[in-house]
Amino acid sequence: MEHTSRLERIIRIVLVALILIFFLFPIFWIFLMSFQTNEDILRIPPSPFFTPTISNYQALITGKLVSAAGTLDIPFMRNLWNSVLLSSVSVVIALILGVPAAYAFARFKFRLGEDIAFTLLSFRFAPPLLVLLPLSLYFQEIGLTDTYAGLIWVYQLIALPLILWIVRGYFEDISPDIEYAYRIGGHSWWRTFTRIAVPLAGPGIAAAGLLAFIFCWNNFVFALILASADKQPVTVGSLAFVTASGIQYGQIAAAIVLSVTPTLAIALYAQRYLVEGLSLGAVKG
Amino acid sequence: MAQVEIRNIHKGFKSGAVLSDISLTAETGEIVVVFGPSGAGKTVLLRLIAGVEEPDEGAIFLQGRDVADAPPEARGLGMAFQNFALFPHMSAYDNIASALTARERSPAIIKAKVDNVAKLLKISHVMQHAPRELSNGQKQRTALARALVADPRILLLDDPLRNVDAKLRYEMRLELPSLLKASGSTVLYVTQDYKEAMALGDKIAVLLEGGFVQIATPTEVYRAPATLGVARLFGDPTINVIPAEPSLRDGRSVFDLGGVSLSLPARYAAVAGKSCMLGIRPESIIVEEAPSAESFPVEVVAITPLNEKSVLLLRTYDGREILAAEAGVEQSSRRIGAACARLDADAVLVFDAASGRRIAPVQS
Repeated sequence: MEHTSRLERIIRIVLVALILIFFLFPIFWIFLMSFQTNEDILRIPPSPFFTPTISNYQALITGKLVSAAGTLDIPFMRNLWNSVLLSSVSVVIALILGVPAAYAFARFKFRLGEDIAFTLLSFRFAPPLLVLLPLSLYFQEIGLTDTYAGLIWVYQLIALPLILWIVRGYFEDISPDIEYAYRIGGHSWWRTFTRIAVPLAGPGIAAAGLLAFIFCWNNFVFALILASADKQPVTVGSLAFVTASGIQYGQIAAAIVLSVTPTLAIALYAQRYLVEGLSLGAVKG
Repeated sequence: MAQVEIRNIHKGFKSGAVLSDISLTAETGEIVVVFGPSGAGKTVLLRLIAGVEEPDEGAIFLQGRDVADAPPEARGLGMAFQNFALFPHMSAYDNIASALTARERSPAIIKAKVDNVAKLLKISHVMQHAPRELSNGQKQRTALARALVADPRILLLDDPLRNVDAKLRYEMRLELPSLLKASGSTVLYVTQDYKEAMALGDKIAVLLEGGFVQIATPTEVYRAPATLGVARLFGDPTINVIPAEPSLRDGRSVFDLGGVSLSLPARYAAVAGKSCMLGIRPESIIVEEAPSAESFPVEVVAITPLNEKSVLLLRTYDGREILAAEAGVEQSSRRIGAACARLDADAVLVFDAASGRRIAPVQS
């Protein structure tokens, strides 16, 4: 154990505190905003003292937005459900397709292998707007516009390359000898894949799945163009708070709190898989 | 029937040929040590037999069956990897049991077999530990147990003692022969330690630059190495090599060393006039205080103890440095400085200077 002086400890605490404030303060502020009325929020100077209200959450959950101009219907809960459905189904499909593909790219050298892998990665380079116009035309033709299936398909552009490239790296880190040892023990290729390769790449698969989920969750333009109100996720749904009678900051804050919660919960849950370094000490040298 | 038969195997990678025209047979219960320096292709050979790599040419027969199309899981062999290749997410017990679960359904039988092999290898107390909690010695034994547990007819061991400390290596070198013999398996054992090869092998196959140079018993490899290269690999300290062009005198080949004419045994008469390399094992050089017949003057330059032997670096009067090894001589009796050395002429090996092949003596 390294000896640390008192001064060093104090500096460390101060720095950690600064970093935490930098990253957590906006979340904290939005959390406070979600319990304020628009008037409280727009007061100058801003004050942390206010009478909390749950009217913002009420409006979101009941779907009735009461403003000066009258009552407005917002399908926020439906948007939230859409987000959950689109993101999770997209990630599950991307995992089913991407993990075996990542394994293939990691283990087998085949013709055009690198080119295919790179092409898949290049989907991440292209600005989404570039593909949206032709895509929306095609989707109209084959009837995929405004369907969950269509959106989930497009979301593969986001999720699949991410999973493929992250998981591939984890598979490459597993010594092939470990897999060979299992096969020599009499197990088939498929069993080796499911019992050895996938568990060992587990932390990587969890990390990639989580990242892909967050990327899908945060997507905006695909759903904006390709889906109508009842299929749209929260990112697009939040546009409804920019109303004719002004921007509903309170409701936006409440919507952010609600829509961040699922990703935050998943991140906290997956954290232990991300940290677990399974491969330690198994292979010498 | 040979358990393992390799016929004219060729294998190359992008960087070039690794194995060319390799043939080898191993009979039931035989321990064949594949010995060679690192990079000779030993591991590749085992991987070809295990089915992890495919040969470019040639055929491999296991128990008489051509295994060209058989995947690793269908070859029915056991293998211990040099890097252990334990499954990090399974306990030592599950690691060992993994070699049984594919074929054996009954948990009771699996448990009995694993417990048995664990007891044999003295790792019963760590069966519930994960590989990362094991010491190197325990990892090595776990890997060995995994290879042994299913009683494979053919056992491939890839330098299993490479990554363990010297003490354990010494212990295992003593234990392994009886352990392997008891298993009744045909063993292919890869090592680059000549002592290990000599201690374990019924037969040593010396792999140099992608080909077998000699396949023979340990004694034969040591006493009658096929080439100078083989002679250099076996023995510590390494064999002294002295270039010479012997001339014929009184029906014997005579060569010059340190200003003195020394004669080879009569059966080497035929090498006179040829350009040769003489291989003289350090232990067949006898260092004496007083000169005697056929001894030549040397200067003892350095004395190094090596286990129970001491190694003497000698310099002849024409400046050639040779090594002598002696056992059982009181070390303190040796002094740096002038002395005399004598050869055990019977133990001199003669190699052709151009090809490096050993020239066999002609028995009269």
